[in-house]
Amino acid sequence: MNVPNKPNDWSAYPDAKGRFGDYGGLYVAETLMPLVLELDRAYTEAKNDPSFQKELAGYLTHYVGRPSPLYFAERLSRRLGGAKIYFKREELNHTGAHKINNCMGQILLAQRMGKTRIIAETGAGQHGVASATVTARFGLPCVVYMGAVDVARQKPNVFRMNLLGAEVRPVTSGAATLKDAMNEAMRDWVTNVADTYYMIGTAAGPHPYPAMVRDFQAVIGNETREQIQELEGRLPDAVVACVGGGSNAIGMFHPFLADETVKIYGVEASGHGLETDKHAASLTGGRPGVLHGNKTYLLQDDDGQILDAHSISAGLDYPGIGPEHSFLHDIGRAQYLTCTDDEALAAFQLCAELEGIIPALESAHAIAKLPQLAKEIGEGGVIVLCLSGRGDKDIFTVADALGRTI
Amino acid sequence: MSVTSYRDAGRLQRAFQRENDHRALFIAYIMAGDPDLETSFELLKGLAEHADVIELGMPFSDPMAEGPTIQLASQRSLAAGTKMRDVLGLVRRFRETNTVTPIVLMGYLNPVLFHGYEAFANDAADAGADGVIIVDCPPEEAGPLTDALEAAQMNLIRLATPTTDDARLEVLVKRTSGFIYYVSVAGVTGVLEADADAVAGPVARIRAASGLPVAVGFGIKTPERAAAVARVADGVVVGSALVDEIASAAKLNENVTEKVLLKASELAKAVRSARLELA
Repeated sequence: MNVPNKPNDWSAYPDAKGRFGDYGGLYVAETLMPLVLELDRAYTEAKNDPSFQKELAGYLTHYVGRPSPLYFAERLSRRLGGAKIYFKREELNHTGAHKINNCMGQILLAQRMGKTRIIAETGAGQHGVASATVTARFGLPCVVYMGAVDVARQKPNVFRMNLLGAEVRPVTSGAATLKDAMNEAMRDWVTNVADTYYMIGTAAGPHPYPAMVRDFQAVIGNETREQIQELEGRLPDAVVACVGGGSNAIGMFHPFLADETVKIYGVEASGHGLETDKHAASLTGGRPGVLHGNKTYLLQDDDGQILDAHSISAGLDYPGIGPEHSFLHDIGRAQYLTCTDDEALAAFQLCAELEGIIPALESAHAIAKLPQLAKEIGEGGVIVLCLSGRGDKDIFTVADALGRTI
Repeated sequence: MSVTSYRDAGRLQRAFQRENDHRALFIAYIMAGDPDLETSFELLKGLAEHADVIELGMPFSDPMAEGPTIQLASQRSLAAGTKMRDVLGLVRRFRETNTVTPIVLMGYLNPVLFHGYEAFANDAADAGADGVIIVDCPPEEAGPLTDALEAAQMNLIRLATPTTDDARLEVLVKRTSGFIYYVSVAGVTGVLEADADAVAGPVARIRAASGLPVAVGFGIKTPERAAAVARVADGVVVGSALVDEIASAAKLNENVTEKVLLKASELAKAVRSARLELA
């Protein structure tokens, strides 16, 4: 048995080598090694510097709009007839998603490191918009790599990034989605090592990114802990979030890892179904491998080539997942469920109709599992769902899927 | 059932020990299976007439350190259905007629990890490969792979770059063998041009720190530049310029092997005519 013992000190992860159990690490080209090691030192220093934390907290309050509300979704709870369901309203953040929590932290770090140019990759465009927003706010040039397919299906976000002064570079290699955008961002980084900071949008990539992005997103779970205790006088029975790379999920999960009574659920996109080759469920349908600087679960073929992922949600359309999720999956601390495109679409509409909230298609994947979870947790129980983003950007995709024109 | 093994732990070292020549080695790179395995086999046979060492790319779906030329070569190879066993099969087939020219496999970690480090090291050594370069496996992560390669007497060749300072160099040279590959530009393959003058210092520094020969690659496209680098380095690697020839010849329906070998002979001549100025 090489399953690790159930750890009771979650702060021990990642270890000094940037590993969560067997996952994580630093698998990058040698040109980048001095940079990621420097980033690790700079982040460790910033993390322990009260003035950095204070500055970040200030921007989170006055610019991002935190704390985000914890909202009791009463009608949805009643409809599902089980546990009480709360939404952690990350879609109310400035720019409309949780992505800005991380970008705010990283831009302050980039400035501290004296970097003068920012690059980022984006899938649905939410991280691109958040990157463009903070670079506008702090006056740094920003280049966002985005798969050409995603540029086409996320036009409103491309326009937003342009309005904010960022240059969006469409990537046509491979399947022209998020994975290829990340490859291209790494090519830019290796070419412009001296002045460029790579603002990774999810809790993946080489160490220290998975830990750093998690720390910046942990504000979600930390606030949730306080808010639910105020509202319910206790911790929730379960927390649930959608997982692509997994940054909103790990932000919600991490502060609850040591609470054994809190069940943790991630929801992966199973696209057209796990039995097809059109899905993005890395944990459920993949196996461990190395891509984009870290060891983690990946969709791959019978020769170790990375497969193209598919999801109706551009933000979940990634063949990998953050390494901490791989670890939580292996040791069983979190359970990972799957949701198809069709289930997500139905949940998208249900949420809009019952709660007056149009969720991002990403978040709709988590919502789709609520009927099952509400029943499982049962009456008297409490579930908190991370509503990671709002669905304005997705209305064209959804209209298309419903056969409507707008 | 016994299969012929072409293991030869000394092949690569012997290639670099041409002390009488006082010249740098010409190292030619092609991608295995680009545009197909049969053409690759013809190219290997032909290149061996010109090159002192052949670098053989193992295709990967996400080659993050490559510029457009080698990315596309990787895509062509994968589209033609190339698998790891085909790449090793190609080496083995080449060894049936050539046991002298070293072959270094260059690629990314995931396909190797998928194959299993030990299985890969043994299969590659038996096929007659002499060394491995894994672009996305720095020393920090290379332990298990290095164990497997050392056990199979295969060389693990490391990359050093313009961002490699003295402290980092110390980390790099541990458990490395064969030669050190100096990436002459901070960037991806085949885009920026190498500056021969800027290369001399780092090459001498790396040679001194490692005690190994230093080959220089990335950004060497013309015979002139190859000759300039050959005056200061122990080896000159040309990849994208050859792969470009493959792509354009295939596109124009010309004889791929003929075009590539013409280019290779020009480069080889330039490298051979340049005497190495050993510090």
